[in-house]
Amino acid sequence: MSEADLKKTPLYDAHVAAGARMVPFAGYSMPVQHKDGVLKEHLWTREHAGLFDVSHMGQARLRGVAPLAAFEEITPGDYIGLKPGKQRYSMLLNKTGGIIDDLMAARPDDDGLFVVVNGACKDGDYAHMESEIGGQVKIERLEDRALLALQGPEAAAVLAAHAPSVAQMVFMDATVIEMFGVSAIVSRSGYTGEDGYEISLPAADAARIWNTLLEDERVRPIGLGARDSLRLEAGLPLYGHDLDETTSPVEGGLNFALSKKRREAGDFPGAARIQKELAEGPSRIRVGLKVEGAPAREGAEIADADGRVVGVITSGGFSPTLGYPIALGFVPPALAEVGAKLNVIVRGRTQAAQIVPTPFVPNRYVRKI
Amino acid sequence: MRFTKDHEWISVDGDIATVGITAYAADQLGDVVFVETPDVGKTVKKGDSLAVVESVKAASDVYAPVSGEVVESNSDLSGSPETVNAAPEAGGWFAKVKLSDASEVDALMDRAAYEAFLGTL
Repeated sequence: MSEADLKKTPLYDAHVAAGARMVPFAGYSMPVQHKDGVLKEHLWTREHAGLFDVSHMGQARLRGVAPLAAFEEITPGDYIGLKPGKQRYSMLLNKTGGIIDDLMAARPDDDGLFVVVNGACKDGDYAHMESEIGGQVKIERLEDRALLALQGPEAAAVLAAHAPSVAQMVFMDATVIEMFGVSAIVSRSGYTGEDGYEISLPAADAARIWNTLLEDERVRPIGLGARDSLRLEAGLPLYGHDLDETTSPVEGGLNFALSKKRREAGDFPGAARIQKELAEGPSRIRVGLKVEGAPAREGAEIADADGRVVGVITSGGFSPTLGYPIALGFVPPALAEVGAKLNVIVRGRTQAAQIVPTPFVPNRYVRKI
Repeated sequence: MRFTKDHEWISVDGDIATVGITAYAADQLGDVVFVETPDVGKTVKKGDSLAVVESVKAASDVYAPVSGEVVESNSDLSGSPETVNAAPEAGGWFAKVKLSDASEVDALMDRAAYEAFLGTL
């Protein structure tokens, strides 16, 4: 895809003007880093507040007679039981229990569901929703909205200066708030492991609000490079890398997103496989690895002590917070015990690795006020 | 100093060439967090991977600008890979290569030609 074919978010001009390094990502021209560079941006977010443009992600409203019930037909999440003001992580599943995409769906108000999906998957996601539940719900793509993420230990204080009520939200709350003179859909969530917010805004106001937030000295703009290293430290899977259409939620370590009620009912796509894996264990499972030596990146093989290849790295890199390489990968459950010693093969060389718990860096979600 | 279009530099003293990456390359890579330098005794042909530099995001090959045998490897970089960013054309060198074909050096750009090349990017 040539640069001219790339789509632009409402903040493209602001990124370029600020000297960001732009790269193609999910069909968009996106900032991989701003002026500080990936390492400093990463550490700034862990210590202060980082502002991310994630407007490439898909935002949609699902409305209809019973949108929550319809959504349960294509996901394993408990959405009928989702209270107004709350958000839940879930995924679209195919008929064999593989993950089409992972997503956040919220009830910020009484207007059906507000869904956020991955940018690279959004067209396919909407087509899937249309074909599966299009007769029951109307899927309205919110193309005229931007999405910002404000993440880090100072995020709450920064945002509360503009909208005091956000300080009373807890992790996975979602609501509609008037702030910066617009109607914003705000959730206390994000993909860094830090406390923080995701803020959906009218596209026309995005640049003004982006600049307003950056006037606060606690806030710096952060690119996709640091977003990726932050989410890796948080142990969160990335769709298209750690999750794909062959991966089940059980393999992906996402059992928390399978509610008791839905597990028992088995009324979601691929339930037969998923119930079997829950009962008997999957053939492979996602683990966290601490790696000695060079970073083991996506595609590097995982070997056991005898040199047999037992799995593959799906995300890996250097952890700026910890100062050593970490990775996510898939291995058979028998080798997945925390503390198990394995090897990774990087550029033909065998390096020691050890299974460690995830998140690699403790998350700091605010669950109680 | 001579330069390649892949943004490596070499500095030749007798038949020994010291190899590194340019300030432009170091800036493009971003923060270097790991460097894999070659083993002493390794023989490389011009264009072979000589070293690997890793930023937080990605691993990048450093190609040998000349052919020869690695006679010294910069072991300091294992403990302080950030030197590649701080001093790319000095302490951030990767390896010293004993030239097997000195005429290869003549084919490389001088600084003026390299800077003109950067201007076209």
